[in-house]
Amino acid sequence: MSNDPIDNGPRAVNPPAGARPRRTRILACNQKARQLAAMVLAQRGDARALTQDPPPTQYPYGCTTIFAPGWEVDASNGTHGLCQPIERDLYDCYHTCYWPAQVPDGVTNAPKWTMSCGAPMQDWKSLDLVFP
Amino acid sequence: MQLQTALNRRFHGDDGLEFVYVATSAAILGLDAGTAAIVDAFAVPGGRDEDAWLADQSDCDAASTALHDLIDLGVVRPVGEPAPPRAQLPPMPFPLATLVLNVTNKCNLSCTYCYEYGEDRLTAGSGSKGAGKPKMDDDTARQSIDFLLRSSGDRPQVSITFFGGETLLNFPAIRAAVEYAEAKAVPAKKRVHYSLTTNATLLTDEVIDFLTKHRFGITISIDGAKEDQDRHRTFQKGVGSFDVVEPRIRKLLTLNKERNGRSIGARVTLTSGASPAPATYRYLTQELGFDEVGFAPVTAGLGREYALGELGYQKLLREFGELAEEYVAAALKNESHGFANLGDLLRELHQGVNKAHPCGAGLGLLGVSTEGDLNLCHRFVESKAHQVGTVTAGVDEAVRTAFLQQAHVDQKTDCTQCFARPLCAGGCYHEAHVRYGDATHANLHYCEWIRGFVDLGLSVYGRILSRNPKYFTRFETS
Repeated sequence: MSNDPIDNGPRAVNPPAGARPRRTRILACNQKARQLAAMVLAQRGDARALTQDPPPTQYPYGCTTIFAPGWEVDASNGTHGLCQPIERDLYDCYHTCYWPAQVPDGVTNAPKWTMSCGAPMQDWKSLDLVFP
Repeated sequence: MQLQTALNRRFHGDDGLEFVYVATSAAILGLDAGTAAIVDAFAVPGGRDEDAWLADQSDCDAASTALHDLIDLGVVRPVGEPAPPRAQLPPMPFPLATLVLNVTNKCNLSCTYCYEYGEDRLTAGSGSKGAGKPKMDDDTARQSIDFLLRSSGDRPQVSITFFGGETLLNFPAIRAAVEYAEAKAVPAKKRVHYSLTTNATLLTDEVIDFLTKHRFGITISIDGAKEDQDRHRTFQKGVGSFDVVEPRIRKLLTLNKERNGRSIGARVTLTSGASPAPATYRYLTQELGFDEVGFAPVTAGLGREYALGELGYQKLLREFGELAEEYVAAALKNESHGFANLGDLLRELHQGVNKAHPCGAGLGLLGVSTEGDLNLCHRFVESKAHQVGTVTAGVDEAVRTAFLQQAHVDQKTDCTQCFARPLCAGGCYHEAHVRYGDATHANLHYCEWIRGFVDLGLSVYGRILSRNPKYFTRFETS
């Protein structure tokens, strides 16, 4: 039995005879309620470091939402993986970030922006301008 | 902070269990006495101040926790906070799931209430025939299959429904379409499911053999025992059709059971003066052997003598209540029951369906006229004003999108304060067109009936959930 007051299990509303009284205050009954309750419960977990064991099952979206101190070095303690030169990081901002100024957004306005350029380190000059 | 309970319907199960149907999300939550009291306390016009309310509670911490659980679940909301943005349209072009082929616009019956040929007809033409070609030719049927297969995206299964007029007046086109679909489905890597609606007058042995062999989902339009069937479902000279259809229906049901076919449903059109629904239900299931029965109040413009009227709807709701008792008794024994209207409603309640549009017409479903024109659904075929393309040229996406935007439940301001909105979304386009001359109008003449029926569904849901919650696993989607 969950200690959380929101019960997200497809179990009987009435406990079987002799069972301990439930602590549940709210029972998610239909499928939609279970989806909502699962979402609410997932958001209630403690903050977890990415290196913690077990690792978190949900990750924040986009680079700026991750608390990652020490961006002075990359994962191999070098600077090669960082966003210098800027060409290296172009697509990180394009695909995974909402970063309104530097590159066109690939979600709604410029989904084909990178079509002409397969490897920005080599051929970033073939990227075209985007006019809103 | 000022808080208010979201649009909802409270209902009860057995043994004092309390539930809430949250209309903003279609979630159904079971509540203990404390949380039920909170839901009710904040369901006041203008809402209530959180701090002032908490100060009155004996166990402030517990009350605060419960209140915030309800806020997190969207049951209680800050007043004035804008509603979360709602998807307007799915990504278009939306892949087709079902194509309804009107293989003929002729009928061998002259049912007096018929929306297609009677006083409320949409199309030109006269008597029991429409304006276009009387029969769909085999080529158009095949082109329709091609259109469906290429317009269904990556759906693994598609459905072809045959309709009319009287569908079986054009059995050759049905056969041609099925044979063609069988051949084309394999290379397209699709499964095809067939269904058909018929008045049963033309169910010959050959037809029955064909339909059961191809596992058709079959719906028979029948209004009940002889007296009910013959009241409106007559041949052109006014003779009732019961004596013709009854032996054929028995034959179909027997062979279908032998072949372990799909369940066969009766579709009953309810008019003023009809026998009580429970009697009709028992006759059709126990005497004739139908697996399920669906009731539909007749579609009628204002002033039609066969229309149900306000008192008729109240009576019908009481009769549905009687049938619901039988349904509950069966469900508590884990048995299925053939009252299709209630079964469908419980399925949607359990899944938490929250509709932006009342049905799939124009979205996953389109109707094809005998000439290959595409329309919103089978009820609109031959209506040029509701045409959205042709099977050869495909869908005019601009027309389709414009209609769907206009038909979105958020455009129906009459529906904003209705708890039944997630299920009804304004109701049938055709019904609205007949009544208001506008397919995107909310069916306001139905509101009380729909709310009454949803209330019945909620109370049945609560009762079954209290005693046999596992019953609902049959309705779950993965």
